[in-house]
Amino acid sequence: MATLLAIGTAKGLFLATSGDDRRSWEITGPHFPMTGVYAVAVDTRRPTPRLLAGVTSSHFGPSVATSDDLGASWDEPDHAPVAFPDDTGVSLGRVWQLMPAGPDQPDVVWAGTEPSALFRSTDGGRSFELVRSLWDHPHRPQWEGGFGGQAVHTVLPHPRDPARLLVAMSTGGVYRSEDAGASWAPGNTGIRAYFMPDEWPEFGQCVHKVARDAGNPERLYAQNHHGVYRSDDDGRTWSSIADGLPSDFGFPMVAHPGRSGMVWTFPLVADGERFPTDHRCRVFRSADAGGKWEPLSVGLPEGPFYPAVLRDAMCADEATPGGVYFGTRSGEVYASRDEGDSWSLVAAHLPDVLCVRAAAV
Amino acid sequence: MLLPGPLRGEAGGASRLSVTAAGTLRAVLDEVAAQHPRLSRRIRDERGELRRYVNVFVDGEDCRHSGGLATPVGDDAEVQVLPSVAGG
Repeated sequence: MATLLAIGTAKGLFLATSGDDRRSWEITGPHFPMTGVYAVAVDTRRPTPRLLAGVTSSHFGPSVATSDDLGASWDEPDHAPVAFPDDTGVSLGRVWQLMPAGPDQPDVVWAGTEPSALFRSTDGGRSFELVRSLWDHPHRPQWEGGFGGQAVHTVLPHPRDPARLLVAMSTGGVYRSEDAGASWAPGNTGIRAYFMPDEWPEFGQCVHKVARDAGNPERLYAQNHHGVYRSDDDGRTWSSIADGLPSDFGFPMVAHPGRSGMVWTFPLVADGERFPTDHRCRVFRSADAGGKWEPLSVGLPEGPFYPAVLRDAMCADEATPGGVYFGTRSGEVYASRDEGDSWSLVAAHLPDVLCVRAAAV
Repeated sequence: MLLPGPLRGEAGGASRLSVTAAGTLRAVLDEVAAQHPRLSRRIRDERGELRRYVNVFVDGEDCRHSGGLATPVGDDAEVQVLPSVAGG
C-alpha cells in the first residue's frame, strides 16, 4: 500500500506518493496550475479512494474537483458544486475545507466556505447544498472577517455519533450541533478574544484550527489567535494548554489519528510578529493532551527560519508509527515517519503551501 | 463570442461561439450558460455577476463602462471575453 500526500499550494495541487513506507516520494503537479488550492481531502471510505480539491482561480472563480484515479484525471460537474442559493445574495468566495463524514455516512462530505457557511454533499462531493440552519443563525451578522477572509475553515464530524458536528470559523469561533446540523450553539466558553471589548464573549473568537482526539472524541484541541486550548466536553468549555509552549500564537493544530493525547502545532511569535518562535523551524508535540510540550527539530533546517505554517498545512496519517507532515509558506514540505521525532524533506521550492493531507491508498 | 485560451476547454475547444440571442449582454451570456454551463460559471458567479477579473468587451468596449450586463448587443456584434491582468 502506498502513501499519498496531497499538497495544496497557492498555484496548484502537487501529489507526492511513497511506495516505501514514506522514505522517498515521487511528486506530480501542478494539477490545476495557477489556482489556489485551500482545501484537499483524501476520502478513503470508498472502494476506490477519492481525492477532492477545492480550487480557486483568481480569474475564473472557485470550484471543487474530484478524482477517482489518485489524480491521474479530474472531474468537475457542469453545475457549480458549491454555490449559494439566490436568496442569500452572496456568492462563493472560496472553499476552505473539505471533510468526509464518518464511515457510517460514506457519501456525505462537508464543505466549509468563505463567506462563513457549511455545505453538505450526499453524493461524495460532486454537489453540495447549503446548511440553512447555520446560515440562518442569528449570530451570523456579527461574524467578522479576518485577514484571510471570513470563513468556516474547520468541520469536525463526531466519529461515533453522526448527530454531532462541530465547525470553527474566523471570526465567530466554535459552533456545535447535536442534531445533525439542524441547530447550532456556540461553544467558546473559556476562549479569550483579546481583540474585543468583552474579552470573554459568547462568540466572536478567532479560532484558527480545531482537532479532535483519536481515542476520546469528547476531547478537542484548539489553536487560537493567541491561545491554545483543550476541551474535554466536546467543545462546550475550554481551558488553556499553552503553558510549556514558547508562544500561544499559531495556526495549525493536529491530533494523532490513533494515539490519544498526542498533538502537534507550529508556534509563531505573536499576532504582530508572525515568525516561528526563536526564528527556528520547530514543531511542538504533546503526548499528554497539552500538559507538557516538547520541541521537535531533528532533520529540520537548523539556521534562521522565517516562514509560517498555515492552518491546514499540517496533517497526520493513520500509519503505525504515525506520520506527520507540514508545508511552509516558502514552499517546503517536511515529513516525519516517527511521530515527529525526526523529519525529512519531501519537496522544496513549491509555491506557498496552503494545505496538506495524507492517507494510505 | 470570442473565448480566451484558458476557457476554450469548457466549450469543446472552440475559440468562437455563435449566439443567436441579442438585445443585451445578459441575454447573450444566458444563452451561453444554457449551452455551456461550466464555461458560464467561469465568467459569472452564481448571482449572475461578472467575475471581478474577467473582462467582457462588446464590439471592443469594456462592458463595465457601457452598462454592464445591460450593455446593448446588436446583430453581428462581437463579444470578447478576456482575463484581466491579475494573479500573483
